Order: sequence, then C-alpha cells, then structure tokens
Amino acid sequence: MSASVELKNASVTFGNFYAAKNINVKINGGEFFSFLGPSGCGKTTLLRAISGFQDLSEGEVLIDGVDMSRIGPNKRPTSLIFQNLALFPLMSVADNISFSLEVRGVDKKKRRSRANELIELMALDGQGEKMVHQLSGGQKQRVAIARALAIEPKVLLLDEPLSALDLKLRQRMRTELRAIQKRVNITFIYITHDQSEALTMSDRIAVMNEGEIEQIGLCADVYNKPLTPFVATFVGENNSIDGKLTEVSSNEATISTENGSFKSCLNNSDGKYSIGDEVFLFIRPEALELAKNGNFDNVIDINIDTFEFEGNIKNYFAKLGSNKKIKFSIPNSVDTSDIHSGSNIQIGFNKLNSVILKKGQLAVDT
Amino acid sequence: MNLFSSLIKKNGPIIGTYLLIAIIFWFIFLIIIPQLYMVDLSFRPNLSPLERGGDKDFYTLEHYKHFLFGSAGSNNYFNVVDISVFFKTIFISIIVTILNLLFCYPIAFYIAKVAQPNSARFLIIALIIPFWINELLRSFALRVLLANEGVINTFLTQIGLIDTGLLFITNNVGLYSGLTYAYLLLMMFPLYNAIESLDKNQLEAAKDLGSSTFWTHIRVVIPHAKPGIVSGCTMVFMLTVGALATPVVLGGPNTLWFPELIYQWFKMSNNWSRGAAYSFLLLIISVIFVLTMMRLFKVRIGEIIK
Ligand SMILES: Nc1ncnc2c1ncn2[C@@H]1O[C@H](COP(=O)(O)OP(=O)(O)OP(=O)(O)O)[C@@H](O)[C@H]1O
Ligand SMILES: [Mg+2]
Repeated sequence: MSASVELKNASVTFGNFYAAKNINVKINGGEFFSFLGPSGCGKTTLLRAISGFQDLSEGEVLIDGVDMSRIGPNKRPTSLIFQNLALFPLMSVADNISFSLEVRGVDKKKRRSRANELIELMALDGQGEKMVHQLSGGQKQRVAIARALAIEPKVLLLDEPLSALDLKLRQRMRTELRAIQKRVNITFIYITHDQSEALTMSDRIAVMNEGEIEQIGLCADVYNKPLTPFVATFVGENNSIDGKLTEVSSNEATISTENGSFKSCLNNSDGKYSIGDEVFLFIRPEALELAKNGNFDNVIDINIDTFEFEGNIKNYFAKLGSNKKIKFSIPNSVDTSDIHSGSNIQIGFNKLNSVILKKGQLAVDT
Repeated sequence: MNLFSSLIKKNGPIIGTYLLIAIIFWFIFLIIIPQLYMVDLSFRPNLSPLERGGDKDFYTLEHYKHFLFGSAGSNNYFNVVDISVFFKTIFISIIVTILNLLFCYPIAFYIAKVAQPNSARFLIIALIIPFWINELLRSFALRVLLANEGVINTFLTQIGLIDTGLLFITNNVGLYSGLTYAYLLLMMFPLYNAIESLDKNQLEAAKDLGSSTFWTHIRVVIPHAKPGIVSGCTMVFMLTVGALATPVVLGGPNTLWFPELIYQWFKMSNNWSRGAAYSFLLLIISVIFVLTMMRLFKVRIGEIIK
C-alpha cells in the first residue's frame, strides 16, 4: 500500500526566516521522489513537515488527499529514517525492528515473526540478537530501513541516510534502496545534497535552493533541460558563458559573447525572451567535442590549460579568451595525442546539447 | 608504583608527586583510618581514656547486642524502640527516595529535552538558589510554613477552607517534604545529566514509529537514564538515612530518626563505642541498598559514577 503526498503552498518559518517557502508538489503513490539541494536549503525541514515533527506556518500537507494538520507524527502513515539513523542502542536488532509493533501491543510471537521476515528481506540473517553497535555501517542502514518498514507505512521518508557511508558502500546501497522500493512498493521520499544519488535512484526529483523549489521533473529532464541557472549548475557540471541575445525564435536563439556568437536551444521560451536580454549559455563538459572530429553548430577557440585522467573519460581545463575557463570531457577511446598543455585547439557543440537561460543565481561549488 | 609513574608521566614530577600525596592522604586518612577506627571502636566496651589498652579493653559484641535486645533490665525481649526506629528510618528513607525520583524525573526531563536553552538555564538556577541556604535554615523555613499555626494553616483558615489547623508536623508531612527537599539536587543532577545525553532523534524516532509518550519513556528514556537514576537514588538514600538536622526540626513528636539515636549515644550519653556500632549498622544498610539497586537495575558501579 502506498500513498500520495501533496504539499500545497507549504511554508515553514523560523522567526522571519523562511526555511521552506511556498512549496507546491504532488508526489504520486509508489513513486521514488527526491528533494535535491545544497546544505541548509530546507530539505530536512520539509521532511519533518511531512512526518509531522514540524508545523507548517502556511499551507498544508495532504497524504492520500487527507489534511494532516491535526494528525501527530505517531499517527501518520509515514516512517522517517533519520540522518543519523537514531537506532535504539540499548535494544537488540530484532527489538529495534519490532519496536513499532511492540508499542502497538502486538504479542511477542507475531513481533518475532515480523522481525524475522524483515531480517530476511534486508539480508540481515543471523544479526537479530546482536546489539546495534556490533553492526557495520551498511547493516545499521538496513536495520533502520527494516525498523521503518515494520508497520508497513505508506510513505517512507529518508533524510540523507547514506551520507555517513564510504563511497563503495554508498553506491551499493543506492541500488539496494531502489530494489527495496520496488519490492515493498511504497512511496519513497528521499532527500540528499548528492545529485548522483538523486539521479540514480529517483523517478522524479525536485531541486531546491534557499527554501524554494526551482524545478520538478524526471531526472533526465532536470539534467537535460534545466529551467534555472541554479539547476543547470547544481545538477551535474555545466560551463556557463554570459552574453546578450541577438536573435530569438520560438525555440532557438543566438547569443553573442566576448568569445563569439553561438546558436542554442530555448527551453521555456514562450515569449519570455527578447533581443538584448542578458543570458547564460550552458554547455555540459561531455557535450563539447573536438571540432576536427565532426560538424558542429558552434565552434569555440580555446587554449588548453590542464588535464585530468579519470579512467573512462579525460577532463580538460582550458582558457576561453582572456579570463574565462571551460571544462570538457572526452571519452578515453578518442585519440588526443596531439593535445597538450598550451595547445590552441577548437572544440564544438550542437545547439541541442546546450541551453540558454535568463541570468540568475548559480550554484556555488562547495 | 604503576599509578605513581603514570601520574608523573602525565603531570610532570612536581604536580605528579603532589597528586600522589593528595590521593594517599585522602585514601588513608579520610577513608581507611576513620572507618577502621569506628568499626574497631564499636567492638570494644565504652571506656574512659585511662582504661584503654588495660585489662578491661577486649573485643565484645555488647553494643550490637544492645541494639537487638536492649539493656538487661527492660521488660521486652527485643530492643523494640531502637529496632523500630532503625527500620522506620530505612522505610521512610526509601519512601523519600522514591518521592524524590518521582518529583525530579519529569523536571529533569523537561529541562533536558523540552525547554528552550534560555528557560532551561533559568530553571537550573531556580533549582540551585534555595540550596545556597543552609540545610538547617531551610528546615526551619519549612517548619514556619507547616506548623500548626504556620503560614499555610493560617492562610487556609482565613479563607475559610478549614476550621482548625492541619497537623502537618504531627503527621510527618513536614518530615517527608523536608527530607525530600533536602537532597533534591543530588537526584536532579544525575538524572538531568543522564537524560540530557540522550539523542533527541531517539525520542522522535520512537514517536515516529507510533510510540506514545508513556512507552517512549518506558522503552527509551528510562533505560538510557538508568545509571543516573541509580546514582541519584543511592546518593539520596544514603544522605537521607544519615540526615540529622531535618528530622530534628521537622520530625513529628513520635518520630525518632536513627541518626538522632547515634547523636544521643555520642553526645548525651558519651558512649562513643555504642554510637560507633549504631553508625556501622547504618553504613551496612546503605551498602546493602546500593548493591540491591545495582542488582535490580543491572548496572555496574562504573556506570553510576559516570
Ligand atoms: N529549529 C530551527 N530554528 C531556527 N532555524 C532553523 C531550525 N531548523 C532549521 N533551521 C534553519 O533552516 C534552514 C534549513 O535547515 P534544514 O535542516 O532543513 O537544512 P537541510 O537542507 O536539511 O541541510 P543539510 O543538508 O545540511 O541537512 C537552515 O538555514 C537552518 O539553519
Ligand atoms: Mg538535513
């Protein structure tokens, strides 16, 4: 059983500071939905509002269409997995898992069998009698999920549960979480500041910045068709070049920059753009290719600065004009023997692989 | 030797030596010698200084016998008066300890986990300030409030709620409240420290999983606070059972406190040996109480001291 979760004009204020501002989103039943945003943008606050620990100052939370404002955290059909897991250190793994049944007065035999069921589901066989501190990081993670699933919540809320794990384990847990979600078939609402986590697991994501949602959409759409400069630079890497529009049609435009004119796509044009507007042109590093290897809509002259070998790809950092930097990535299989630090070369990109957006706040690298 | 070298290594030769001397002094002169002397004294007859070491000075159980059977001339087989004072003292002390725990737990929890930092600080100060006043004076203050013609009775009669004064002192209401109040902080702070160290997420996790406040306390807060509970209870019990000033001032006319008896043997009857024997009995009961608490709550001594 899964449930839909809807936030309507939801805001949370601390004093006169908006930790979440006018949030509108409808998360479907059975969906894996992620809120993605930098540290301090209000993700935890939003999750606490859904689980009932944080009162909204405006707006409402609806779960399966029912207004939750008068329903406490212990009565909502949600389960929250805390940033630090908050397992009970003085109880065994099995007792942790069956805690929600115990406090509902379920008898010992039923608790036992439900705990065993979940222990099996989470591949924790043989760990039931251990204490929490005797488990590894990944096992603790799974106990926390098992504990949250024990009373079959309709919505599972996860607050950056993987952030404490090392990279390898984190990657494995991503796949696992996704598989668990498919198996138990309930709504997962996941929050993270790690874009690759959000992109790999989610059906849809909402990108947040300073308490507001910047964009909601399918992962590929958010990545390929960002609606704001913040989303373009926060989700994945992006080169930004600023300039002015010199030509505008319904879905295409030409931008004139210090480094030449480029043709690109307009995502959310509908008459919002006109000639002379100050805009950014965004091109992803992997959308840039060596100009000699094909025909491109746009070509840029650059001067190679440094080089970085990442295995499957090679990253080049180059100077564009006198004061701009640009990064591009080339598959390892492409021959680059003639490119060295200091070489003057040309790179190109197609207009479909780039995007023009009105000037706005960029994500800062952290 | 190990202790000595590690002290020197950690603190340097001068401070290390100083610490060592302080520890040895504390251990030998403040713990071992006085206790041993008291125990030894309790097994000897009550003699004047001149007779000490003479042929009248031998080990005897006469003082312990006196506690059990009284003096030869009495009509009862057992020393009913002393024994009943002893058990009454222990019984009331246990009640007082429980009252203290029941009173302090919600307050400690409120200060540690519910109150905003500012009001928590204010509450802690409000708890401490009354204890700047000496125990004897606090007891007298309570007596002024609770006496038959005291502040509370006068007030209640004047607003017409009662006709004659309630017998707070006679019925030991004064004694119970005075004793509970006397060592309040020794219950409050261990409890507060223990609860304060509980991760707030644990409380929310329990609630999120559907637990009522009651069950969260039973399954999460109390198990976590157990060492603090045991440490508070043992300290309050030991000090209550050994209290003198409060029972003297607030005890009802029919209630004698065991330390009052000890005081009488030492001071009035000038029988130090008997006083020592009676004190030793009190010490034993305290140790039994501590061990029982530890057994009951399954905590080790190390956890209590934390
Ligand atoms: N109880 C509170 N009182 C005042 N301000 C708060 C409170 N809780 C959160 N905030 C503020 O609200 C903002 C959002 O906090 P929140 O914890 O939701 O961020 P987050 O997106 O979860 O960040 P992180 O990724 O670091 O966990 C922050 O600026 C924070 O300082
Ligand atoms: Mg957070």
